[in-house]
Amino acid sequence: MLTKRIIACLDVRDGQVVKGVQFQQLRHAGDPGELARRYNVEGIDEVVVLDITATLEKRQALARTINAVAREIFLPLTVGGGIRTEDDAVAAIEAGADKVSLNTAALKDPQLVTTLARRYGSQAVIVAIDARRRDPGFAVYVRSGTADAARDAVEWAREAESRGAGEILLTSMDRDGTRAGFDCEMTAAVADAVDIPVIASGGAGTFDHFADVFTAGHADAALAASIFHYAESSVTDLKRFLRARGVPVRL
Amino acid sequence: MITLIDYGAGNLTSVRKALSALGAVVDTPQSPAECARASGVIVPGVGNFAATAALEGEWREAIASAVNAGTPLLGICLGMQWLFEGSDEAPEVRGLGLMRGRITRLRGIAADRVKVPHVGWNALDTSARPSRLLNGLSPGAQVYFTHSYAAPVTDDCIAATTHADPFASAVERGNIFGVQFHPEKSSDAGLQVLRNFLAVC
Repeated sequence: MLTKRIIACLDVRDGQVVKGVQFQQLRHAGDPGELARRYNVEGIDEVVVLDITATLEKRQALARTINAVAREIFLPLTVGGGIRTEDDAVAAIEAGADKVSLNTAALKDPQLVTTLARRYGSQAVIVAIDARRRDPGFAVYVRSGTADAARDAVEWAREAESRGAGEILLTSMDRDGTRAGFDCEMTAAVADAVDIPVIASGGAGTFDHFADVFTAGHADAALAASIFHYAESSVTDLKRFLRARGVPVRL
Repeated sequence: MITLIDYGAGNLTSVRKALSALGAVVDTPQSPAECARASGVIVPGVGNFAATAALEGEWREAIASAVNAGTPLLGICLGMQWLFEGSDEAPEVRGLGLMRGRITRLRGIAADRVKVPHVGWNALDTSARPSRLLNGLSPGAQVYFTHSYAAPVTDDCIAATTHADPFASAVERGNIFGVQFHPEKSSDAGLQVLRNFLAVC
């Protein structure tokens, strides 16, 4: 039986891991290679490196950071942030990424999703959607959450799938960094609308939140950063908790 | 020396990195003739079966000839699918044909939330028979998959995995080995599989 994945996210700026609250107020969390090494032994299922300021500052995701993480882990590695062109994606993949995550660029140029899916396969292309609730539906934001894309998350997820995306990484901007729990309603709305896996992100604070997003939220994977960075919670403990709650996990 | 075939289907970095971490000397040959000098040949690959068309001709002959001479061959993901006769994903492209059977698309079950592609960690059922490739793995070991097509369960199957239906997640016959999962992405269990392959090379 396919297990539910726990994905660690390293938000990286200038080669250091940082984590913001609702996309701002960054503080240091450590060296990416060192964190990746810890995840490798702790039972994290996958690692995402997001160059969080890349889009704003027009920087490419740093090959150096990708390399440092790829050296340490024998787990799937996704790189996102500032991947705007086919060349950016190729550079990330050649530096050691297995998948690239497209956000602003996918909305601006949906053909890029198709181009990359043809070149590397759909499994290598994640479309990341940052969204917040509105009435009705869920509004998509781009450029690190600063610009309203005038799209609905469910409708855009469907289009991304039809264009060749292999997974959706759905971040709740309302919950990001708050530790108030995932937005299960939004996650379920998107997960029920597409056939590809949906990774829920934003709001993880307790073990119960993970159980909720895998059951009520219909998520295939859950991404968390701050809950693991400061060694407040062990991944193994989280997975034991989930298994006891009937959620299939790799232990 | 392990020969890692680069035919443009995806990223070799992680496979090379894992093999190197296990102490293997890895080479990516520029010409098919170099396969004859290898102690083991690995055909990796992700993506569409159509990409294996690049192996047609000289590469196919060189790999088949190395296998006939006794060189161990490991196909990973798309590389394992290529060991079979062909795939519904690209019917016009023939496989290497060393394994009997045809690659077919996985079936999703919407009501049970069984999705295609099959992405993530799933268990290996290794109870059918013992093998050299999966030696030392715990029963029900979890490994990382990402694929939409899969091989049938035949006598060559040494591990089966179920995603809606059972499929062959690992095969072994003589010196021919294949894994549908990504050992280079499957943490300790995956490294054990690669270590086992290196041990027969």
